[in-house]
Amino acid sequence: MELFIQYSVSGLSTGAVYALVALGLVLIYRSTRILNFAHGDISTCGAFVAFALLSLNVPFSVAALASLLSGAVLAMAFYFGILVPAQRRDATHLGQIILTLGLGLILQGAVAYFGGTEPQSFPFPLSEFKVYKVASVTLSQLSAGTLAISLLGCILFYVLVQRTKIGLAMRATSENLQAAQTLGIPTRQVLALSWGLAAALGVLAGLFLAPALLLDPFFMLEPFLKGFAAAILGGMNSLPGAIVGGLILGVAEALTGGFLSMAFKNSFAFIVIIVVLLLRPEGLLGEEFKERV
Amino acid sequence: MDLIESYKEELQLIRKPWTRIWVGALVVAVLLLPFYGPEHVTYIVTIIWLYSVGVMGQNILIGYTGQISFGQAGFLAIGAYTFGHLIRLEIPLSLSILGGGVAAGLFGILVGFPSLRLKGPYLAIATMGFGVAVYQIFVNSELLSGGRMGLSIPKLEPWFGMSSVMFSYYFNFIFMLGFALLTYNIISSYMGRAFIAIRDNDIAAEVIGVNLTRYKLLSFAISSFYTGIQGALYALFVGYLEPNMFNFMVSITLFVAVIIGGLASVEGSIMGAAFVVLVPQLFSDYKEMVPVIFGVTILIILIFEPLGLAGRWMKTRVYLRNWPFR
Repeated sequence: MELFIQYSVSGLSTGAVYALVALGLVLIYRSTRILNFAHGDISTCGAFVAFALLSLNVPFSVAALASLLSGAVLAMAFYFGILVPAQRRDATHLGQIILTLGLGLILQGAVAYFGGTEPQSFPFPLSEFKVYKVASVTLSQLSAGTLAISLLGCILFYVLVQRTKIGLAMRATSENLQAAQTLGIPTRQVLALSWGLAAALGVLAGLFLAPALLLDPFFMLEPFLKGFAAAILGGMNSLPGAIVGGLILGVAEALTGGFLSMAFKNSFAFIVIIVVLLLRPEGLLGEEFKERV
Repeated sequence: MDLIESYKEELQLIRKPWTRIWVGALVVAVLLLPFYGPEHVTYIVTIIWLYSVGVMGQNILIGYTGQISFGQAGFLAIGAYTFGHLIRLEIPLSLSILGGGVAAGLFGILVGFPSLRLKGPYLAIATMGFGVAVYQIFVNSELLSGGRMGLSIPKLEPWFGMSSVMFSYYFNFIFMLGFALLTYNIISSYMGRAFIAIRDNDIAAEVIGVNLTRYKLLSFAISSFYTGIQGALYALFVGYLEPNMFNFMVSITLFVAVIIGGLASVEGSIMGAAFVVLVPQLFSDYKEMVPVIFGVTILIILIFEPLGLAGRWMKTRVYLRNWPFR
């Protein structure tokens, strides 16, 4: 039982990061129906920006803010510079998804070129080795911080989407683009903001993963795929679903890793994807699939 | 682009006499390459032939049937390892290669089942999940992957006293040619028409009597059969296997080849294969820049030339044929 709680708690902290990644993916999918294959690479870029600033002795808070901002700017630039012109030229839906794949490849190469492919350790104010003990559960400072910040990020994001005017515009745009345009909502700007926000969430996840995973150009690939799995599990067009899916996936993964086998742990997420897609393609909290004939 | 007047003409691979001449010249040039080309070039072109097989297969799935897939690395790995294990059991070469293709094809049917319910991006994720899961199973299972040292595969003794480079060139060229002709046949048969109908509108296709279940699964099976054969040829060519040869990047590379070469085009598949093989060779001093080149090319192709290199080639031909008129 103690082990069970221990695994669950550490799973919650990884799950919170998956939730952040999944939120970014769902946010973009909901409003534009585009799967963002560059999501992981944008976060990697952000983490490398933070790393570069930190090695110039910039204080951590400034570096973190700058990295979030750089990720957001990058995503918005992609939206305005590539996606909008492609849409003007009547790019197919699939074509737009492949465009994000292209962006991902470009960023991956650029990071490898400027940052080097050697794994580097990421200086982080929270330590992985300092542990807190609550009752019988031990929790490292890093995972406690990850859990706290991720949940805080989720809550702030929820407030933004549900309680502010911008959030209302975002929801309207994702609900019905034409109607939103007719009502005078500047949908381009709103969508660009969605891209920026999603990228910032991804970079936030990247910042917390970097100290645990060592920084190299591919370190976000796996968390990104897990975030995908979480988003699918929760439902691709449901924001609360992304959070729930992320947490469930994190806990389930930690439990399989602890009780079944470590080797199986990493394949687990992909089995989840396939099973969910086969049994309930709309995800746990998603709406029914609607098929127009 | 051509005016077709009879069914016989439609089935012809080459319609204009001039085309016949230059295609013939091209085939002769390619056939004689090992005799006049430097060994290095022959070696690289061999890799292009080998890749073409898989890219053509993926083009059947992605270009003709319109089912997006990111699981190519999984099928490659299954094909390559099945071949590797079979040939180590001293099963004849032809049967081993076929075995690699068939094993991948069977898994293709398995992965095809989600495609009956899923579309577009969802299918992309499901197949991607498959590709990564296969990779991780091979990484984690020493029994399947042959352990830390990798699985070594006995090299083939060259036939007819050829040098080994020349032999593997012709060996892979024959496969490429065979599969190219097979692909032409598939796409101009009922099956190919069914694939195209499914791509353009699956509900309409079902209404006019295309069995969706059968043809979607067939498309998956055929494409993964091709990819499995590519895996087997690759295993034979390289001489050893390790799981890292089949990571997610490999799926992306094959996908990029299909997109850049041109959707729904056999010549495009070969051009795409040439692109993804040549770019890393030409830019071997700037290894990190290879994904950047792939990415930029994708952006350019998708925005300016959605039909890929094959589309550009076709437009150039039409332009030259009608020159100086437009």
